Amino acid sequence: MLANAKQFIMRVLTPFLLFPLAAAAQAQQSGTWREVLNMTPGVTEVSRQIYDLHMIILWICVAIGTAVFAVMFYSVIVHRKSRGYKAANFHESTTVEIIWTVVPALILVIIAIPATKTLVNLYDTSDAELDVKVTGYQWRWQYEYLGEGVQFMSDLSSSNDQIYNREEKGEFYLAEVTEPLVIPVDTKVRFLITANDVIHSWWMTDFGVKKDAIPGYINETWARVDKTGVYRGYCAELCGQGHAFMPVVVHVVEKDEFAQWLDDKKAEAETLRELASQQFSLEELMERGEGVHNRTCSACHQTSGEGIAGVFPPIKGSALALGPVEDHMNIVVNGSPGTAMQAFGGQLSEVDIAAVLTYQRNAWGNDTGDVVQPVDVLMFKQGQ
Amino acid sequence: MAHGPAKGIGRWLFTTNHKDIGTMYLWFSFSMFFLGGFFAMVIRAELFAPGMQLVDPNFFNQMTTMHGLVMVFGAIMPAFVGLANWMIPLQIGAPDMALPRMNNLSFWILPCAFIVLASTLFMEGGAPNFGWTFYAPLSTTYAPASVNYFIFALHIMGASSIMGSINIIATILNMRAPGMTLMKMPMFAWTWLITAFLLVAVMPVLAGAVTMILMDINFGTSFFDAAGGGDPVLFQHVFWFFGHPEVYIIILPAFGVISAIIPTFSRKPLFGYSSMVYATAAIAFLSFIVWAHHMFTVGMPIAGELYFMYATMLIAVPTGVKVFNWVTTMFRGSISLETPMLFAIAFVILFTIGGFTGVMLALAPADIQYHDTYFVVAHFHYVMVAGAVFSGTGAVYYWLPKWCGRMYNEALGKVQFWLAFIGFNIAFFPQHFLGLAGMPRRYADYSLQFADWNMVSSVGAFMYGAAQVLLLYNVLSTVIAGKKVTEPKTWEGAEGLEWTVPTPAPYHTFTTPPEVK
Ligand code: HEC
Ligand SMILES: [Cu+2]
Repeated sequence: MLANAKQFIMRVLTPFLLFPLAAAAQAQQSGTWREVLNMTPGVTEVSRQIYDLHMIILWICVAIGTAVFAVMFYSVIVHRKSRGYKAANFHESTTVEIIWTVVPALILVIIAIPATKTLVNLYDTSDAELDVKVTGYQWRWQYEYLGEGVQFMSDLSSSNDQIYNREEKGEFYLAEVTEPLVIPVDTKVRFLITANDVIHSWWMTDFGVKKDAIPGYINETWARVDKTGVYRGYCAELCGQGHAFMPVVVHVVEKDEFAQWLDDKKAEAETLRELASQQFSLEELMERGEGVHNRTCSACHQTSGEGIAGVFPPIKGSALALGPVEDHMNIVVNGSPGTAMQAFGGQLSEVDIAAVLTYQRNAWGNDTGDVVQPVDVLMFKQGQ
Repeated sequence: MAHGPAKGIGRWLFTTNHKDIGTMYLWFSFSMFFLGGFFAMVIRAELFAPGMQLVDPNFFNQMTTMHGLVMVFGAIMPAFVGLANWMIPLQIGAPDMALPRMNNLSFWILPCAFIVLASTLFMEGGAPNFGWTFYAPLSTTYAPASVNYFIFALHIMGASSIMGSINIIATILNMRAPGMTLMKMPMFAWTWLITAFLLVAVMPVLAGAVTMILMDINFGTSFFDAAGGGDPVLFQHVFWFFGHPEVYIIILPAFGVISAIIPTFSRKPLFGYSSMVYATAAIAFLSFIVWAHHMFTVGMPIAGELYFMYATMLIAVPTGVKVFNWVTTMFRGSISLETPMLFAIAFVILFTIGGFTGVMLALAPADIQYHDTYFVVAHFHYVMVAGAVFSGTGAVYYWLPKWCGRMYNEALGKVQFWLAFIGFNIAFFPQHFLGLAGMPRRYADYSLQFADWNMVSSVGAFMYGAAQVLLLYNVLSTVIAGKKVTEPKTWEGAEGLEWTVPTPAPYHTFTTPPEVK
């Protein structure tokens, strides 16, 4: 950490002066700042109700604030010693105190009515036509269509090069994913939200949905979207170093398009299961494994496989990755309880696990020459 | 009979004098303010533009965590304890605090706690990175090893606060001069009396929370671990049962300061003194029964959600009473705008804005959108920075001549005020926009649509930071070489016992109690 602090101080001093220019250029190109002022009404009934509530309370506050500040500034300007104004000496009035206790209380009662209505609506998860389970992981979302046998991971797709300013940032920087959630329009979708490790929060601004994803809990919420399109949101609860890097993206499509998509996904899942029984060459596995590692493991173990000292152990040169395959497979499939190393057995397909194991055992000079096949992983899982 | 201070370092190490201890609290708080401010500058520098430039995301999280902890526990709370030490005996006509040795202890353990906390920055695995709210399991299973030091530091801070509060309660209840009835006490003493009770009530709850965390990490319990039958949401309930009163602990003494400054520079008594006292007590009571409004998205049953919404909205009523009373105090006064008054007026404006956003956040459905965004960050900086820091700065300018017998540079004070006021608003007003547009808080990096306001906010933050350097300069130059003043009453409109003792206040005051009519 000491080294880190030193390095940090060095970095503060040098690029600091160059920043404004680069950043200004970038801001110009994004050109969206005019939109960034107020809440947007969104695309569900609930989100519009929330928006209305927000605007009502905002204007009430503006009105009261204007009145109070007007009196205050009037006094500051007119009742000035420098103008020879003599102070009055009144300092009590029960009537006035009662008025300014009761009037605000009444205003609050009036606002409480729409607020209560909106909340009741927001909590009504009954009669859903589609159930989607959302699971938060460090640092990705998993979506599962309950009863359909379809599930997948949704990772950030903005590259590390964009994050570390080695490449120009795309339009949807940090708001784009490898595979978005797809739901049908005009359909009441119920979201069952949970987490696998720490607390996350699934936030879809345009739907008026924000619900914490808590390990051990399944929270319910819902949305009926009335406009097709691509919607973008974020993880809202601090969940570790990747907190800013696990956006939520939802595609809302026509109903028949959704049915078609779901069929395709089912077929895809079938193919993946078949692939698990095939044999792959070292090269094939290495190539696939590199992808899996960089997508799923590198947030902690780094693309270089070197980890972060004191927090995440290196895989490069690790005794576990050079030792018996079973031990290596065990920690990846089952995780290491009580640490950030999660069980990937349920998150990744057998093919991906086989590939990432092969990759880790042969990359960065680990060179064990071991080839792990998907069947090995399947056997291991079944043997448990 | 009265004697002067001891010589050398021993004076400070062993002192039991409330003025010395008050001074040490204030300097300690000032230095923590700069440390926490430095962390804030790192945060705003990283957020100046999208992409990671200066720090990695893990270090960023350490900065946000340490910034919050240092500012809340190291800067703001000790600042007000320092003011209490200096001013409460002077305001109620007591010769010293009731428990002077404990006073010494409660101060000296504080620097120890912060050395422990700051040292985590240099540990393997880094400093605490789970936010100042340290939600489990991020702060247990997933925490860096330094979490144990963090827990230890928090325990010491809690012990210090509890001792400080007991001392203030004992002093106010037992040591008032003859004739100084409770309802004649200055508002500052009143707000501190109520705050001290809040502290004694909730600091043990914080200690309980961190102890459960400690047990979960080191002794195999599962209070907050779902896999072991525990409950991560329980942590949030316990934490906010402490955390919500905590924000009033920070703001109530600030109310007291403002209730002293505004009448002085309006040359008119405080309007509605007794309703101010009742409003303070009402706020303190309500602060115990609204904690879960910080948790509207955890999935509480709707009945709980509604209850916490209604109860939270109620707080607006006594808070409104306070603001209306201040404004009415100014109305038809004879106002002059010295630096302390500028800070007090700014306090009223900014705190009211923060109060408004507070009412907005109280509405549970709307909070679904606001929660954990920059809207919340803006809200609590309007109440905490504009509330506690502006009033604290005002208090320093207001009482500095009494403390050291020297007058600060008024022109420099005004420049400092405007720099702070403008910088603050540039830094934090745009954060409302960012939050409403969807930027979550505690983000090390962000999407491009948030770039412009973040840059503006950072520029404002740097300005605000510069204003504090100016404050330091103004205070130092006053203490060392300010114009000497001797009349007991520094300000024409000031009332109260503290203005009857000589200036600078001698080492021992009120060794024979004054008569209060
Ligand atoms: C959220 C952070 C995180 C992610 C993501 C992660 N790991 Fe880990 N990993 C850890 C931690 C922490 C440990 C140390 C566990 C322990 O102390 O028992 C670890 C340990 C390991 C080890 C054992 C290393 C040794 O020498 O002891 C292997 C192998 C491993 N991880 C593989 C993987 C693979 C493969 C992936 C991706 C599919 C992955 N990890 C993703 C955090 C992570
Ligand atoms: Cu998350």
